[in-house]
Amino acid sequence: MAGAASWSFSENDFKQIQQHLQAFLRESNARCALLVDRTGQLVATVGDPPQFDSTAFASLTAADFSANDQLAKMIGEHEFASLVHQGEKESMFLADIAKRVILVVLFDQRTTLGLVKLKGKGAVEHLTKVFEAMFNRVGAGPATPEKGLLEGADDEIDKLFG
Amino acid sequence: MSMINYASREINCKVVYYGPGLGGKTTNLEHIYGKVSPNTRGKMISLATETERTLFFDFLPVDLGTIRGFKTRFHLYTVPGQVYYNASRKLILKGVDGIVFVADSQIERMEANVESMQNLYDNMAEYGYDLTKIPFVVQYNKRDLPNAAPIRDLQASLNPGWPIEEPALQRAVPDPVHAGESLVERQGHEWIGHAPYLEAVATRGDGVFDTLKMCSKMVLKTLS
Repeated sequence: MAGAASWSFSENDFKQIQQHLQAFLRESNARCALLVDRTGQLVATVGDPPQFDSTAFASLTAADFSANDQLAKMIGEHEFASLVHQGEKESMFLADIAKRVILVVLFDQRTTLGLVKLKGKGAVEHLTKVFEAMFNRVGAGPATPEKGLLEGADDEIDKLFG
Repeated sequence: MSMINYASREINCKVVYYGPGLGGKTTNLEHIYGKVSPNTRGKMISLATETERTLFFDFLPVDLGTIRGFKTRFHLYTVPGQVYYNASRKLILKGVDGIVFVADSQIERMEANVESMQNLYDNMAEYGYDLTKIPFVVQYNKRDLPNAAPIRDLQASLNPGWPIEEPALQRAVPDPVHAGESLVERQGHEWIGHAPYLEAVATRGDGVFDTLKMCSKMVLKTLS
């Protein structure tokens, strides 16, 4: 078992995810959409390439979302399924997908929060289906990477560490 | 929660540095940040108070190299050590692949070490994770201080071992780092397993990379 739980996704999954995100960006006029898993790993980026360190951004996003989850519980809510951070020019919309992934949308004055939220709802529904299918395929247990991925790679692992 | 991305051919793993406040978790990461080539590491993010105490976490992504054509990237996190930050500490453990427990060797900090270790077991259990089954390394830091407790005492308090029930795992495993010691051994009728341990002086960098290597290797081996 790899750590607490793992998952993997195929190129086909990746394509589907990108298509949904691209359609969403077209409809909402948002600049960029990122998918981040709840442990802070960046899964996908679509739209204008971000000009910041996206790895750090992903880890902070996951921390932000998790902290807000706990805040929700403290005030008696089950969760905050979406969050908004509104700036003067640049804003962010974050939404939960299948309890495992976070959709982060970056948008500016070319669109409105209302439109992003409205179109975001559809994107979340589509992506939830894709991810749920992925997780079901992998099974309830810890995801096993494609059999044999690192099997017999002990030597290579040893070499990596000199 | 290791994530394997077949599209970008990446394996991402999460390692968390845990331990009591002021034990040297952030210092471990700072040393790694300072020594690793900028091409293979990302930016270090520290969410700290004005007095440089970790408030939420430190974060450092490091690329270790390529295995079977997959880029292996480790995300290193520290947690805030101070007792009252438990809520945020627990959040960081979500989806962890490997744990490094940084213990403060000073005799005066023994109680804080034990409390933090207990807290780690409790927090892991709340997520349903079993610390005896995931890659786990104990680092005894600050070995250079005159008031450092003997390793034997630290091991007895913090790494006394756990019973190994699974018959397949009931075989002697020598400790690769300490000659004459064992990671799995028979004690009477029982088989007992210990987490590997290393000694360190994180301010000088002693033992920092050995600890990271040990933990990362264990994490990658769980994938094979």
